[in-house]
Formats: sequence, structure tokens, C-alpha cells
Amino acid sequence: MIKDIFQFEFLQNAFLTGMIIGVIAPLLGVFIVVRRLSLIADALSHVTLAGIAASLLLEKKFLVMSGLNPLYMGMAFSVTGSLFIEKLRTVYKHYQELAIPIILSGGIGLGAIFISLADGFNTDLFGYLFGSVSAVSRADLYTILFISAFVIIAIILLYKELFLLSFDEEHAKASGIAVKSIHFIFIIMVALVIAASMRIVGILLVSSLMTLPVAASIRIAKGFKETIFYSVLFGETSVLGGLLISYYLDLAPGGTIVMIAVVILVVTIGLKKISSSRPVNNGVKS
Amino acid sequence: MNATQPIIEIDDLSFHYEKENVLENIQLTIPMGAFLAVVGPNGSGKSTLLKLILGLLKLQRGSIRLFGEDIHRFKDWQQIGFVSQKANSFNSGFPATVYEVVSSGLTKKIGMFKFLRAEDHRKIKAAIDSVGLNEYRNRNIGQLSGGQQQRVFIARALVSEPKLLILDEPTVGVDAQNVQSFYEMLAHLNKERGITLLLVTHDIGTISDKVSHVACLNKFLHFHGKSEEFEQLQINDMSQIYGHDVHLLSHEHHHEGV
Repeated sequence: MIKDIFQFEFLQNAFLTGMIIGVIAPLLGVFIVVRRLSLIADALSHVTLAGIAASLLLEKKFLVMSGLNPLYMGMAFSVTGSLFIEKLRTVYKHYQELAIPIILSGGIGLGAIFISLADGFNTDLFGYLFGSVSAVSRADLYTILFISAFVIIAIILLYKELFLLSFDEEHAKASGIAVKSIHFIFIIMVALVIAASMRIVGILLVSSLMTLPVAASIRIAKGFKETIFYSVLFGETSVLGGLLISYYLDLAPGGTIVMIAVVILVVTIGLKKISSSRPVNNGVKS
Repeated sequence: MNATQPIIEIDDLSFHYEKENVLENIQLTIPMGAFLAVVGPNGSGKSTLLKLILGLLKLQRGSIRLFGEDIHRFKDWQQIGFVSQKANSFNSGFPATVYEVVSSGLTKKIGMFKFLRAEDHRKIKAAIDSVGLNEYRNRNIGQLSGGQQQRVFIARALVSEPKLLILDEPTVGVDAQNVQSFYEMLAHLNKERGITLLLVTHDIGTISDKVSHVACLNKFLHFHGKSEEFEQLQINDMSQIYGHDVHLLSHEHHHEGV
């Protein structure tokens, strides 16, 4: 495969993109998981699907935007969806998780309508649902590179604030941190990373790349920085391993990546059981 | 401000929610370096008093001066550390070390887009040391006991080096056998580091030998003075504060607006 990578541009695109999202998806995922927002990734990925479907529909039926990358429309939908979630979370103050199913079903509903309007699409859509190695274009790669630069710089600069917001929102507010603005930047980043990751792992599996490596990491990590380190390590291992295996065995890359992440998770749960004799309450609290 | 300036001066303070009066005609002065315990039964207005001092509720009547400055003009909130009652209801599975949690107390002081410097790390270590958790520095906070977690939150409040530390029911999550050493740690902070402490609690038995001043609150302030005088209070004085007779009292002492 190493030889193939030098030979085929699409393989280069897929691998470079994979390496990038292997870092940024789990990186953001740590903040999502500890803030108990894991399902937001699912909601937004389904909204992204609606955006992709809308873009494909316009392209097929009306021949407009035929040159436009469906990724952009997906991102626009995802960001809009994230703003709706925020709005709904303030409307339903005491049922904050309600925002997620509302946006998720809204996204699927809209997507289904667009797909039916277009009388179905070709295999393209399958690639969006489950990820595809061959679908990643050079333009996608550059877009994703740009997004990850933004995300990584924002996380480095706002690390203190994001940590405090995640650990103790009340305290963050009381000490005069610009909680609303920070959260706004955070949710925009989540929306962008979901749209970016979708090419490789597919819409249905995007959220797993943001949560599974983190779930494995908090089993074994000491402290927050270590949690980030292991999450990125596990995420990267899953993506690269998954891409290699799926290429050789001709499997859907998204599914293979997720299954490797699941294996890592199971191993860390097993390891912890063996290694610890003292009682530890270190998992996500039930 | 000079050294003899009281840290908090409360004058003729009254507060009501809807129609119910919660605090009436409170007069309270906290000198610098004091260790004051505000005691009173549930619903006696203790938390309301704290919220007013912290500027979380708007004044209705009376005045509060912090560090000699009227609360409306007071800007230097960094001088006041606060450990809320809710502090120990955090997600105990959160993957953060004691060190990381304490360092988050500097977030506002350092400011956005800036990083911790060597001096900040020294402050963090000193704060952890002062609550006696040095050996737990790199433990995840979820692995600590309730009392130790409470100490972590005190260290987080101390790290920005406040002159006044306000604690709302700090011993709620602490096991009975550790309450004594918890108060000893507070007394140590008060004596050795000169931090003025304002503590709100409903357990009156354990504190009186550790604190310097006691204030008994039940809508009115019934006693405010040195803790030695507090110990000499008669049992029936206390039952007045905690008992139901207090409601009768409150009608006689009702104050009209000035």
C-alpha cells in the first residue's frame, strides 16, 4: 500500500485527511464527552447529511452549483444546526438533552425529503453515509486542513477557558469568564469537525470517532491533558489502522475504523480490571 | 485601605423574596483577619446573605461595603474567593488531576489567550500545599474523599490569592471524623496566611473553638461577637434562635422602610 500511496493521488488525499481527523475529532471529542454532550455529534452529523443531500439535489435537478463541493453545504447545515441546538437548550432549560433528538430527527427528515425529491442518488450517497477512501478530493483535503488549523489554534488559545467551562460551568460564569462566547466558538468547531470527518468515516459513524477514543482514554488516563493525549493516540491508531485494513480487505473504511476503536475500548476496559486492585471511580459517571 | 479597615461592613440590610422577608435589619462588621462563622437553621437567610455579599443578588435596602468600597462601585472581585455549596456536586468521573482543577482557579486572573507562567505554577503548588494535599497533586479528583475534594475547591479559591475566603456549608460532603481536621486546616489558613474567613454553616457544635467570631442568623442577627462570648450563651437563647418562637419575635421587630 505504501507504494500505492505514492502512485495514487486519491490515496494520498484519504490518508492525509484521515491523519488530520484522527487528531481533531478525538481532541474535540474529549470536551464533548466530559461535558456530557456526546449525542450532539450524532445530531449534527445527521443535519450534515441533510446539507449534503440538498447540495446533491440542487446539482442533479437544477444543474446549479454543479461545481460546488457538497462538503460546504454540509458544513453550512451543520453550523446552522448547532446554532439551533444552542437556541433549543435555552428554550428547554430543564430538558437540555431534548434539543438533540429534535435536531437529529429534523436533520434526517429534511435529508429524506431531499433524497426523495432527487429520486435517489447514485452510489455517492453511500460513500457519505459510511465513508469512502476514493471520495476525498484534493479540495476536500485543503478544506479539512484549514478547519483543523482553526480548531487546534482555538483549543490551544482557549484551553484554560474550555477546561473550566467543562469542569465547572457555574464557577466559570461566577468568575466572569465569557462563557457564552466560548461555548459558541466550541459548538461551531464541533459542527465543522463533524462535516470534515464525514468524508472518511461517514455520517453515521462520525460521532464514534469523537467519543470511542475518549471513552477508552478516560479509563486509563490520569488528568485532563493525559486524557487528550490518549484520545488522540487511540483516534489516530483507529483511523490509520482502519484505512489500511479496509483498503486491503475492500471494506467500508468508516466501519473498519470504528471497529478498531471499539476493540481499543474493550482492551482498555479489560486492562483496567486486571491492573487495578483498589476501587476506582474513573469512568463516565452513571 | 488601611490595616484596621473592616473587610465587610453591612449596615441596615433587609431583603425579601416576593412578599417574604428573609433578612431584616442586619448589622454586621467583619474585621480583617477574622474567622467568622454565620450559623443558623435552614431557611434562615444565610445563603441570601452570602449572595448579597458576593453581588449575586441586588440590594433592596441597606448597604454593603467591601474593603471599604461600596458594593456598587467594588471592582476587585479577585480579592474574594468563594467555595459554593454546590462545589462538591461536580462530575466525579471528570478526568482531571487535583493540580489541573486548582490551576483552573487562575483562569480569569491570567486572562484569555495567555498561558500559565512559572510564577503561576508556584502559586498552584503553594495553594495545594496550604490545604495539605501535596501528595495527591497528580491524583484524579474523583479518587479523593469528599473532604479532600472540598479542600481541592478551597485550594482553587486560594490560588488567586484572595484576602477574603467565603465558604458556604463546606462540611456537607465531609465524613464526621474528618470535620475536625477540616476546621483545623481552615484555622491554620486564617492564622498563618492571614486570610479572613467567612463561613456559613448549620453545625454550631464543632466550630466554636476554632473560629474567632460567631454570628447567629435567623432573619435577624441575634448574636454577633467573639466566639468565647458565644459559648456562654444560654441553651434557651439558642432555642430562641432555632425555635419557632422566633416568628413571634419577628412581628414585634418589624421595620418600616426608612
